[in-house]
Amino acid sequence: MANKLISEIPLPKSIANVFSARNISIAKEALSLTEFELMELLDVGLTEVRSAISQISEIVAPPYQTALSLMEQRLRNEHLGGHFPTGLKGLDAALCGGIPFGVLTELVGPAGIGKTQFCLKLSLLASLPTNYGGLDGRVIYIDVESKFSSKRLLEIGLRSFPEIFRMKEMAKEMAGRILVLRPTSLSEFTEHLQQIKVSLLQNRVKMLVIDSMTAIVSGEHEHGSRREQTLSWHISFIKSLAELSRIPVVVTNQVRSRNHNEASQYSFQVQSKDAPTETLSGYDSHLVAAMGIQWAHAVTTRLVLEAKSGQRFIKVAKSPISPPLAFPFHITSSGILLLSNEGMELMGPEINSIRCQGHNEIISFGMESLH
Amino acid sequence: MEILRLPISASQRGKLISAGYTSLYSLSSISSSDLARELKVPESEALEILKAVSHTRGLEISNASCSIVEGAQNAWDMLHEEESLMHITTSSADLDNILGGGIHCKEVTEIGGVPGIGKTQLGIQIAVNVQIPHDFGGLGGKAIYIDTEGSFMVERAFQIAEACIEDMSEYNRFLRKDFQACEIRMQPKDILENIFYFRICSYTEQIALINYLDKFISEHKDVKVVVVDSVTFHFRQDFDDMALRTRVLSGMALKLMNLAKKFSLAVVLLNQVTTKHTEGSFQLALALGDSWSHTCTNRIVLYWNGNERYAYIDKSPSLRSASAAYSVTARGIRNSSSSCKRIKMM
Repeated sequence: MANKLISEIPLPKSIANVFSARNISIAKEALSLTEFELMELLDVGLTEVRSAISQISEIVAPPYQTALSLMEQRLRNEHLGGHFPTGLKGLDAALCGGIPFGVLTELVGPAGIGKTQFCLKLSLLASLPTNYGGLDGRVIYIDVESKFSSKRLLEIGLRSFPEIFRMKEMAKEMAGRILVLRPTSLSEFTEHLQQIKVSLLQNRVKMLVIDSMTAIVSGEHEHGSRREQTLSWHISFIKSLAELSRIPVVVTNQVRSRNHNEASQYSFQVQSKDAPTETLSGYDSHLVAAMGIQWAHAVTTRLVLEAKSGQRFIKVAKSPISPPLAFPFHITSSGILLLSNEGMELMGPEINSIRCQGHNEIISFGMESLH
Repeated sequence: MEILRLPISASQRGKLISAGYTSLYSLSSISSSDLARELKVPESEALEILKAVSHTRGLEISNASCSIVEGAQNAWDMLHEEESLMHITTSSADLDNILGGGIHCKEVTEIGGVPGIGKTQLGIQIAVNVQIPHDFGGLGGKAIYIDTEGSFMVERAFQIAEACIEDMSEYNRFLRKDFQACEIRMQPKDILENIFYFRICSYTEQIALINYLDKFISEHKDVKVVVVDSVTFHFRQDFDDMALRTRVLSGMALKLMNLAKKFSLAVVLLNQVTTKHTEGSFQLALALGDSWSHTCTNRIVLYWNGNERYAYIDKSPSLRSASAAYSVTARGIRNSSSSCKRIKMM
């Protein structure tokens, strides 16, 4: 809508001619100028400028929907009203059905905690037919660090849904729906994203997984905030992809150690000396999510995977619908399993902390270190 | 030169000056055909110029007798207006307290905080609470929710609406004590029906929509709050020209302020957070820069203090700097349940 041509908007002929004479051909350019600037540029009076802008604005502005019609539309057209069940009952209940469509869901945690395992399980689930709880469609898996293992994928499939995967044709069909892309550079990644946009609706793609977002620029920049700026266009693009196609998008994120000059307080907090000097996750947790605060704002749901005293937890750290709950889990041959469907509610900013205590095993593809 | 103040095009102004007309008075007694001849323009154009002149002059003449400056109101009249100002409750009494009753109508309030602190939650709560009927002390109005990030979850709005209606029934039973009268007939669906949802995908759409709101609200006069969630998102990504960004943002802020005053509604802008290097260390600050921070009337920062969520009045022409605790529950925004909470005056 922003790139709507001015020539297509029903304006009075005289002002339409002036716009094109001054090389203002798309709505975006006209709306970025103030009234005064337009008066000077187009050499017309204020009333004409105002009426032209209000006509352009009316056409470019998106239509409205009442929240009720939005809800009804989603319940009617989308699987479970716009949620993708993960199969982890406690988590699905907290998230009101599952991973939401149309927005970004982030998995963040230290290396080896199970993010890729979770992504593999989700990809498999999405490819299954709906009577098995799947989305019955294709999955695009952007595997930046070459961690995707088809062998492991099929093992998960065989253990979780033996009735489907024992038959070779079915296994081939399901695995055939998962398309893996391996971009080797940022520009390749950008190209892939643009291609995905084109083929999203045509090819019945039902989920996008990016594993991991951080690794895309890790070779090229070190500092966290630089990384974000390089990726700001991509973040915005991926969000709009998710939005337009109403599919779940799962993105993984790594962790890094916290800098000492990490910003954690506002100026008024620093000034008032009697305020308790809390810090976001306490000094015992020195790990933070690798992408910065702008990324944290862009994701809608953030799931933190951490290890505390040797036990792994999956925590709902940011969600518009779920309270801050933590579920203990472990990794088995059939993927991730929750040890308890009753989540523990965590108070305060502790839900955001990422711990890596007592977790020293390295998860290899042979799954030697199963609990 | 008075001619410079006229809302006419630059070339028309140029012609007037070169023909020797520099003051409004000089144009007061000339006919349109004479002017057309002098400026060498068609008579219709001359007529338009004279109309602009008489409009500008007319404003001045009619008020010479009654007030000193056109459009001014004296402070005593404004006091009456301010006292009868409407508020939208946030459902947390402590928060309403430091806000002087709730979110003010006729003003622009900016609310910012780190991700996960509850900005969208507060936005949805306000969009629901504006609909509380007059009988219960509310405005009985509708809401416009402008979503730039896709964070609006309908299910959550339904939950909050349901809880709001339950609270109203509770209040009814408690205070009215007559069981049949004033039964709440509102349903959560009715509340959802009164929220006009717009999804914005670029800053151009954001500007266009805010321009269009004037017409939209004239057609839907019962809209009493406009929530923008968040105002920052599209302005952080695409802009290379920072000066343009500042101009566009201040134009937008001005239009929103005009909307608030014209239709007596509340405008709530949700903002993100960024890090700023001040006084030798990195601190958190609301996004969009220093010039933006001047444009909003009120500014509230939501932050973590220990295990509690707090709201701090960072800037307000009429409220003291204070902070209060609140919590986000399954029913929406409510008072903090901690026993050691207190309102801190700073």
